[in-house]
Amino acid sequence: MTEHAIIPIVENPPVTFTQAEIGWTPWLQPLPEEELTERHLKGLVEAGRAKSPYFRLLVRDPEVLEARTKTDKDIFYNTRSGLPRAERELAATAASRYNGCIFCASVHSRFASHHSKRTEDVQKLLDEGVGTDLGERWNAIVAASVALTATPPAFGEEHISRLSAGGLDELEIADIIHGAAFFNWANRLMLSLGEPTPAN
Amino acid sequence: MTTRSPDIIDLLAGITAGSALDRTRAQRPETREQAQNSYLALFQPADFGDVSAAERHAIASFVAGLHRQPDIFEFYSSPFEDSDTDRWLIEVIKAEIGAGRATGPYGNYPDGPLNGENEAGPLYQVSRSSREVLGRKLSAALEHAHLLVFHLRDASPQALQALLDAGWTTNGVVTLSQLVSFVAFQIRVITGLGLLSTATKRATA
Repeated sequence: MTEHAIIPIVENPPVTFTQAEIGWTPWLQPLPEEELTERHLKGLVEAGRAKSPYFRLLVRDPEVLEARTKTDKDIFYNTRSGLPRAERELAATAASRYNGCIFCASVHSRFASHHSKRTEDVQKLLDEGVGTDLGERWNAIVAASVALTATPPAFGEEHISRLSAGGLDELEIADIIHGAAFFNWANRLMLSLGEPTPAN
Repeated sequence: MTTRSPDIIDLLAGITAGSALDRTRAQRPETREQAQNSYLALFQPADFGDVSAAERHAIASFVAGLHRQPDIFEFYSSPFEDSDTDRWLIEVIKAEIGAGRATGPYGNYPDGPLNGENEAGPLYQVSRSSREVLGRKLSAALEHAHLLVFHLRDASPQALQALLDAGWTTNGVVTLSQLVSFVAFQIRVITGLGLLSTATKRATA
């Protein structure tokens, strides 16, 4: 039997990049909360994620979701060493802006603003795009993230030299690479499995 | 006896034990382990569910080829190389990679002020002759993979319906989406860390 995609009717969908807290609605049926087994709950990593239609959809492949979630958390939250959180979020925002994921860009631009206190600069990136001028250190991070996001990747030694010149060490550069690369995973899921809905 | 798979990112980025980048990666043990676990969950799962091993490798090879990464293409297509029955798939996928070649990201934004940033690009379809040998299900997967690789912002519920109509289940579409997206991530980590490794070796030489 053929299963069916959901074609939601979204009124006033977000059509620009924003830092507002917008929503997301799936195009495929998430698992119902009451049908989640131990295996699914393990895949969700955090029990609270059972409330999210996005995670209840991805949990249809629980082992992949579990590994992906743990990769995500370490890339962004493990800040005992390496790049400050704000700049990891900047890499995520730049990749999402370039790929065109309005939902991912909203979440991660908000985090970038929160951790950097540079809300206006972050908004400039959303409004003007990845070519905007945010000062050399941020420009170098955005340029590297964008080059890595291009298909095929256009990331080259010049991006590494520019980041080094900006004072980033090898671990910090590796953090940029992971942050931007991870959003090439996240953007593809968010953009292809559902769509953004307006802020409440 | 089970053999533990080598770390695929280290393997394909050319990171050797004890190198500077190996020590850097060691500072992110969870990222390293979970990126590998993601690979294992997609390519060596306990249960292949609705997506066969051959389908997974064919799609990953196609994604690597579209990214113009010959080493990663070879890595994912190697099981076909050793197979008497599936060897033909490599040539078919290579032909489709050639036909699907593009530069991304491109595509359209939802109607509104961002339409000024819309960028045109090719819509790929599996050739008739390849479709005959690949079948409907795998052909639909390659077409969807091309969309996700190059013009993800053109994705739509209709694109998912096309997969369902071609015989994919909802669970299968989730696995397929994760697979294409994971390989897009893995390729970028390999490309980035590979270059970083070269740059570091040069700086310390």
